[in-house]
Amino acid sequence: MSIVFEKPKALTDAQLHYCPGCTHGIIHRLVAECLEELGVTGKTIGVAPVGCSVFAYNYFNCDMIQAAHGRAPAVATGVKRALPDHVVFTYQGDGDLAAIGTAETVHSAARGENITVIFVNNAIYGMTGGQMAPTSLPGQVTQTSPYGRDVEKVGYPLRVCELLSNVDGAGYLERVAVNNVKNIKNAKKAIMKGFKNQIEGKGFSLIEVLSTCPTNWGMTPERALQWVDEAMIPYYPLGVYKDKYADKEGE
Amino acid sequence: MAEKVLMKGNEALAEAAIMAGCRHYLGYPITPQTEVAAYMAKRMPQIDGVFLQAESEIAAINMVIGVASTGKRVMTSSSSPGIALKSEGLSYLAGCNLPALVVNVQRGGPGLGGIQPSQSDYFQATKSAGHGDFRMLVLAPASVQEMVDMTITGFELADKYRMTSMILADGTMGQMMEPVVLDTKEIKTFDKPWAANGTDGKRPHNIINSLCLEAKELEEWNIERYKMYSEIEENEVRYEEYMMEDAEICIVAFGVAARVSRNAIQAARAKGIKVGMIRPITLWPFPKKPLLAAADKVKAFVSVELSMGQMIEDVELAIRCKKPVLLANRVGGIIPSPEEVLAKIEEADKMGGNN
Repeated sequence: MSIVFEKPKALTDAQLHYCPGCTHGIIHRLVAECLEELGVTGKTIGVAPVGCSVFAYNYFNCDMIQAAHGRAPAVATGVKRALPDHVVFTYQGDGDLAAIGTAETVHSAARGENITVIFVNNAIYGMTGGQMAPTSLPGQVTQTSPYGRDVEKVGYPLRVCELLSNVDGAGYLERVAVNNVKNIKNAKKAIMKGFKNQIEGKGFSLIEVLSTCPTNWGMTPERALQWVDEAMIPYYPLGVYKDKYADKEGE
Repeated sequence: MAEKVLMKGNEALAEAAIMAGCRHYLGYPITPQTEVAAYMAKRMPQIDGVFLQAESEIAAINMVIGVASTGKRVMTSSSSPGIALKSEGLSYLAGCNLPALVVNVQRGGPGLGGIQPSQSDYFQATKSAGHGDFRMLVLAPASVQEMVDMTITGFELADKYRMTSMILADGTMGQMMEPVVLDTKEIKTFDKPWAANGTDGKRPHNIINSLCLEAKELEEWNIERYKMYSEIEENEVRYEEYMMEDAEICIVAFGVAARVSRNAIQAARAKGIKVGMIRPITLWPFPKKPLLAAADKVKAFVSVELSMGQMIEDVELAIRCKKPVLLANRVGGIIPSPEEVLAKIEEADKMGGNN
């Protein structure tokens, strides 16, 4: 019997701990497929900080570092500066990257740090049980915004790709989603480009992936996928926000 | 014998780090340790090393974690308020069993405090550098030469035990100039099979991690680490005795306080007071045994510190309160004068307790 489909070798056999319907699993797979297709798993170091994906070290087959909340880009900077010929990626959630780690995010982009950042934006704190995130939408009900996010009182969500598009050092910024097959295919392309950029020395790449959190959104997995289309994408439009090298390549 | 050169403490320390094989320095400016960063900014590019000015102390210590994870020698330096910001990272370094050298050229506090010398981060360095149960090797230089020697020792011990070595200097050590020998002695290096530097497809993946949600397993991790700490307390205590042979009073002092105390001891001896000194070189592990042994011989101790009295608690514990311990101290950036220390010695001398 011939094998027609299997798990990428860049993933371990460990069972994922993610909730049913959560799209972290899809994003893990896309990252692993890219590492494998590029043949770089053996020279890759991944950094996963505090958040739902903190256990990523159990799932990716490359060397892994677990980082403090928000600090993954700084840790990755240290790794990349020590091992410039290796591939270094971070895998961060929205609370991590856009709240507690905002300084590390902005400054690693400003330095044009030659790393690939996978930014998983599901508009909520998952690991701690569903609190308001820096990317929670206006009006969104969470444990710490039980009456809905009131932008007059707690401010507006951060649009990370738009914010970083003004940072000279940032090389490539794209927002994708994984809520349907078409979007998943585009996400794969973007993640692949983020890794290729690093291998080619093109500096800081960040791929923002709109993801679901059915458990903390209080939705079925199917409804959560729809909510990405109905609520998230209108606030966080998909697309390329910056591609420093696109013109030179004639893309 | 290598040639003596005149160097500032901070710069000598930086050069010593390079001698020890450190090619990665990540830091953030703060007085009175900025010369370390400035020196590294100049030197590292000349030797294909990495100098990076981070956006914050927090970022700097996390960059240190990144480099340390790859198995390469790495350091950062700061001063008191900056070290406080690094405390999260210090805890992660311990939790991940990573080696690193962290330098604290202390200034007066709390808060923003001042920029003049202090030893008031003793508690922080020896007892509570961050959350959780852990220790750092804490080395306290009392000369520019010791800034050099302890930097090298610090790197070696960090690698040997996979933990953080801290150089706990005071502003004086960082700022003063003295002749030093930059001896190219043989530097010890250690294999790091645990490093996250790419599997190359030849081994299972290495994981650098401090997370453990299984209580029993996390307890085991802590117990294992403390077994190693016991071994360090047994084998790595460093201290210096000065005129202790016939001493009836024992001064305990480190760093600049030990230098002032030497002058005070000489003045006291001239007056016929038999006083000596035990100078802790490692503040952790603390030289408990020699102090306890001294407690049977002397009638009193004097802890000389640039703090409101922090090390004095360890002295009292080490001697199990067998003898009185007086405190000679100044704070806020002021160094106690030999006369002030002498006055405290004379006060101790008047205390009873014939041996």
